[in-house]
Amino acid sequence: MSEGLYSMEAKDYDKTLDLTKIKPYGDTMNDGKVQLSFTLPVPAGAEAEEAAKQLLKKMGFENPLVVFQKELTEGFCFMNCYGSLTHTVDYTNIHVPKVESTTMEMKECDEYIREHIGRPIVCVGASTGTDAHTVGIDAIMNMKGYAGHYGLERYDMIEAYNLGSQVPNDEFIAKAVELHADALLVSQTVTQKDVHIQNLTELVEMLEAEGLRDKIILVCGGPRVSHELAKELGYDAGFGANTYADDVASYVAQEMVKRGVK
Amino acid sequence: MQKSKVGLDFTKVEHARSVARNIAGQVQDFVGGYTTVAVERTLCRLLGIDDIDENGVPLPNVVVDEIKSKGQLGQGVMFFIGNAIAETGKSPQEIAEAISAGTLDITRLPIHPMSEIQSCLNPYINKTIDRIRANRLRREHYIETIGEGSKPYLYIIVATGNIYEDVVQAQAGARQGADIIAVIRTTGQSLLDYVPYGATTEGFGGTFATQENFRIMRKALDEVGEEVGRYIRLCNYCSGLCMPEIAAMGALEGLDVMLNDALYGILFRDINMQRTLIDQYISRIINGFAGVIINTGEDNYLTTADAYEEAHTVLASDLINEQLALLAGLPEEQQGLGHAFEMDPMLENGFLYELAQAQMIREIFPKAPLKYMPPTKFMTGNIFRGHIQDALFNIIGQWTHQGLQLLGMPTEAIHTPFMSDRYLSIENAKYIFNNMKDIGEEVEFKEGGIIRSRAKEVLDKATALLEQMESEGLFTALEKGIFANVKRPKNGGKGLDGVSAKAENYFNPFVELMKGKK
Repeated sequence: MSEGLYSMEAKDYDKTLDLTKIKPYGDTMNDGKVQLSFTLPVPAGAEAEEAAKQLLKKMGFENPLVVFQKELTEGFCFMNCYGSLTHTVDYTNIHVPKVESTTMEMKECDEYIREHIGRPIVCVGASTGTDAHTVGIDAIMNMKGYAGHYGLERYDMIEAYNLGSQVPNDEFIAKAVELHADALLVSQTVTQKDVHIQNLTELVEMLEAEGLRDKIILVCGGPRVSHELAKELGYDAGFGANTYADDVASYVAQEMVKRGVK
Repeated sequence: MQKSKVGLDFTKVEHARSVARNIAGQVQDFVGGYTTVAVERTLCRLLGIDDIDENGVPLPNVVVDEIKSKGQLGQGVMFFIGNAIAETGKSPQEIAEAISAGTLDITRLPIHPMSEIQSCLNPYINKTIDRIRANRLRREHYIETIGEGSKPYLYIIVATGNIYEDVVQAQAGARQGADIIAVIRTTGQSLLDYVPYGATTEGFGGTFATQENFRIMRKALDEVGEEVGRYIRLCNYCSGLCMPEIAAMGALEGLDVMLNDALYGILFRDINMQRTLIDQYISRIINGFAGVIINTGEDNYLTTADAYEEAHTVLASDLINEQLALLAGLPEEQQGLGHAFEMDPMLENGFLYELAQAQMIREIFPKAPLKYMPPTKFMTGNIFRGHIQDALFNIIGQWTHQGLQLLGMPTEAIHTPFMSDRYLSIENAKYIFNNMKDIGEEVEFKEGGIIRSRAKEVLDKATALLEQMESEGLFTALEKGIFANVKRPKNGGKGLDGVSAKAENYFNPFVELMKGKK
């Protein structure tokens, strides 16, 4: 299993970085090195190793290497593998839709709202549908925030209402109307079998049916949510992993100014 | 007097415990006067009523809804069903079927003498008591003959949504070394006011808890337990609106561990506090009798509130939960009180604070099979760091002799575990448990050091909190948001309309037969 480890084979590929043809980096430019682990539904052994290597080749890997295998239970073999990827992508030709706002710190954001809107923004958030997870909406809204980013409740110029988890879409909308929400924040953590897509879509449809959709800023977030997905589902913005309360607050404030909401 | 490695003053501990006892007593004074639709459905199940009608409605719901719609819930099903047996000679199941068919109104039958009503029920009651007792003896026999894993028990979850796929995952986990298999429930089941029926193959983020699913998994774990030479415990969830019903179903099918915590339902599922505390009392009586280890949900407080700042709320809640369990006759040896390793991994000396907390909880509840929960809040998708966070958690589990080690997965926050995730986590735990086996017996903590100071601080803060709660009561404390920073009104939340004061004919012989008994 050591043929790749101490290989003396000439590395006869171009070692200069070309952004039109990038591939993974191990320790040498363009070596294409990737680590993978997966389970095959077969017993451990030489045949399992060969099957894994053939799969790696089909994925576009050269020099596939199975460095570890372990039969987890009868007929299921777990493997750690390495390979050199042959595929490349053109990095210079990539366009990803992003939330177009500048993230401001809490104080800066409060100041921005005070100056440009002149009243506190009302944000109503919930983990909706059957989703019982509050971790996402809490990270954005709770006073304490998450990872050093204070939550919306701490903002002087944001009136934040966290409705918690398992809030049905109709109740969520009723509450938004009652509180005169400027922005609705929907958190979705459970994504198994795309349950979040159905639920997010339903909310948009209900808001449209009630004629409320264009009166509010509609934002969704969660570990598996991207801005691109959010736009596709009819949301104004989506916030995925590694985004925090200040990203959300800054976006909502700037979007309100852009729309001329007072 | 027990010697404390973290310098606990046990007279202070006893004081805190006595305050918690008063708080629990106040709750119990309330609980004793009421019943709920879930409690009554539980009694239906304990009388042998099962199955569903042509619309898929479970017959226990049909019976209880019928009595409730007649405004007679407070009299209880035991009275009406016992009277119906006396009048018709039918079995409880046949009576339920007749109610479902619309051919029998059990609230309008001539009333027989109470002694006759009670004696008509006895054969059905005794049959159930015998069955649950037999399940308990069966477990004990397994443990005596094929044995069990050593503590901390390795506790893993399966959550495919399909009970048959769960079986494959569970058996694989047991072969890799797991001692407890928890079948996570489908999202939202806690808010259903009925228990679904039959084997199920569809669920979101988990699998429906049904009696048939319990049976399927029990059988699978017995098979694999015999194969690996270790009794494998089965865990499910009796929390939510069907708390006591699921306790009864678990007792009937030989489950070993049950999540069972009203406070959790109140705070995180917005279930009405009166409803769920009444339900909890009955469910804990059943779990106690069935030899089931309950798990409480204090760990969840720390997923919303800060684990360093709010550590004392976990201890305070554990103390209350201990007293509520004792009041329901559930012994300390079955109290899997919850806590968690949830401090921010970037906190300086965070490991020492976690160690102090775990050792302190261990010493305050010396007989309890504590349930220790892994990091979840600060799991980021960086599976490599996550695996190390889980390793630190495992070190503390072994060091402080936790009872049930709920294994963390490197892929927490990404997906429900793959078969290989469980393997990696079990390997992680087994390596550490063996490699550091006796560290707890070798190391003592420095006088005046970080660990001892922290333990003292948390105990003092927990005691102060309990004293405050003693004067205002648990209900008011919950209304004020004392736990997890979540506020819940006494008359808000789900399920309050299923609560009824007990009326003059109410009786529930199972309390007497099961509470504090084996």
